[in-house]
Amino acid sequence: MSDAATAPVSVFAPWEDAQAKPLIQFQNVTKRWGDFTAIDDLSIDIYPEEFFALLGPSGCGKTTMMRMLAGFETPTEGKILIDGQDVARIPPNKRAVNMMFQSYALFPHLSVAENIAFGLKRDKQPKDKIEARVEEMLSLVQLNKFANRKPHQISGGQRQRVALARSLAKAPKLLLLDEPLGALDKKLRQDTQFELMDIQEKTGTTFVIVTHDQEEAMTVASRIAVMDHGKIIQVDTPSKIYEEPKSIYVADFIGDVNLIRGNVTKTSEGHASISWAEGQSELTGIARSEIEAGAVATLAVRPEKLSIYTSRPKDQTNVIKGKVLDIAYLGNMSTYVIETASGETIKAQVANTRRIQRRQITWEEKVWLSFTDTAGVVLNQ
Amino acid sequence: MKRFGLISVPYLWLLALFLVPFLIVLKISLSDTALAIPPYTPTLDISQGWEGIKAWWIALDLENYFWLASDDLYWKAYLSSLKIAIISTILTLMVGYPIAYGMSRAPDEWRPTLMMLIILPFWTSFLIRVYSWKAILSNEGLLNQLLMYLGVIQEPLVILNTNIAVYIGIVYTYLPFMVLPIYSALERLDESLLEAAEDLGCSRLKAFWLVTMPLSKQGIIAGSFLVFIPAMGEFVIPALLGGSKTLMIGKVLWEEFFSNRDWPVASAVAVVLLLLLIIPIVLFQRNEEKQREAEK
Repeated sequence: MSDAATAPVSVFAPWEDAQAKPLIQFQNVTKRWGDFTAIDDLSIDIYPEEFFALLGPSGCGKTTMMRMLAGFETPTEGKILIDGQDVARIPPNKRAVNMMFQSYALFPHLSVAENIAFGLKRDKQPKDKIEARVEEMLSLVQLNKFANRKPHQISGGQRQRVALARSLAKAPKLLLLDEPLGALDKKLRQDTQFELMDIQEKTGTTFVIVTHDQEEAMTVASRIAVMDHGKIIQVDTPSKIYEEPKSIYVADFIGDVNLIRGNVTKTSEGHASISWAEGQSELTGIARSEIEAGAVATLAVRPEKLSIYTSRPKDQTNVIKGKVLDIAYLGNMSTYVIETASGETIKAQVANTRRIQRRQITWEEKVWLSFTDTAGVVLNQ
Repeated sequence: MKRFGLISVPYLWLLALFLVPFLIVLKISLSDTALAIPPYTPTLDISQGWEGIKAWWIALDLENYFWLASDDLYWKAYLSSLKIAIISTILTLMVGYPIAYGMSRAPDEWRPTLMMLIILPFWTSFLIRVYSWKAILSNEGLLNQLLMYLGVIQEPLVILNTNIAVYIGIVYTYLPFMVLPIYSALERLDESLLEAAEDLGCSRLKAFWLVTMPLSKQGIIAGSFLVFIPAMGEFVIPALLGGSKTLMIGKVLWEEFFSNRDWPVASAVAVVLLLLLIIPIVLFQRNEEKQREAEK
């Protein structure tokens, strides 16, 4: 671990600490329904106070994982430990785990306050204690004024906050959020994401969120697990997932990416070069040790890492020649689609930092793209 | 004007098919019996003009209602009907709720079939179905034969011609009216509400009491009224399955009409029955309104 003297700001990264005790452990968990395998021999540790995102397309098994944590499903094989305890035989109502449902699942016959008090009442707590806790939760989500309304008398965003307050009221060790912001419009969703992070920090609860929205996962999570076909493809911090994807699937799933396929010509000190088209110079990117010369590999590079020039740039390692096929003006940035002589298309994104460009690049114009040799990642097929 | 025309259609319908017959019954209940056709007097003779109407009006009185109050047969019959209607409503609820619950929890592809099974009995005559219960419940009936064959009983059970047979008949006949409203309430119930209740610390049973029951309350109330109201005035079931001791106002009404040919008293019985039934109907509608207001 880093030295305290050289690292004045401590970074929250328990997954790098061998001493840290995970809150949740999936140990070789498999879940099958007949022939269908929803979760395939999956192992993962999640640490206390993490905001952990399960990200993947629908049907990838992320919801099944969450429902197994809540106790609505049991693994076919393997073990799930929460706080070191095997939870296979513990029913949902006996787990220190609460869930915020995708549909919010607010009880329509109960008021906002009664909804929040529902779980507390089951614990047979004294009445004044329950009232105090409900009051506290209402202030946390800023809904004190709406305590006596029924769920159908408040807006979607307010309902979402009631659902959050209800699931947090029992102060669970672990809070599960199933696509919590799916029903909100974009602006409200962004606001709520920050609110969620804020509440997570304030309460110190471990959050596990299921989402198919990569932007949402990137915004809120401390770590993201990208899933596909019941397996976790990569677990990492949002920036690592984005900048250092370990597979083409992850690179392609998160954000926009150019995938350039070629043959590895040489490797050296964590870099690899590929030759990819006739008449084009070789491209170099970061590579892990398993990339070997002679193999087929793909260079993944994000469009915003590319610069665009109207004349051949000097002293640049990676240069691609082509002509402009398409321009998309998005306001804050412009996306250029460049076609190479061999017919491949490459995207480059340029931030519009000036109101009026000195020289406009137009359609059919000959251009050169370039990027540094740490901008792209060379990945196995 | 167009809107008025549209609204007036159901009102005219009600006026023609409900209010007019009711007024006729009301008028008969204020008349006296007579050996004539129709068997009551006075009859309105408009050919006499204003004098005729006046004479007709003066002849009307409340005598029959006093008669109802003075003879304990009638209020005993009302009370007995009330008791039978309440007990059979509770029984129908106890049988109907699990059926509705089971239907709402059945796999999607089964539901149309189950719904069909509930509705299917309506395709045969009500009278035939009640008659066939005679064959099942009588001393030599199918039920007793089966129980004696199995050795459960030595002597046949006397069910037919008792109140028990009436309860069985009412529960059987009105079951769909109980099942369908409850089913429609339960079917709308979001499964995730039960999961949420469990997640917040309820056992399955507790989740049922705290979530499923309150959310099907409207269905239970609607179903109970749909059974209670017709059961109160039921005539065919007690006549066919009940014994001579089974006292129900529907039966009394029939006897007044056809055995005694006392149309005025029979009409008075009918009017009182209607007034009695208005009370639960109004209570029911008030409850609904309150519910709606609370939700506003």
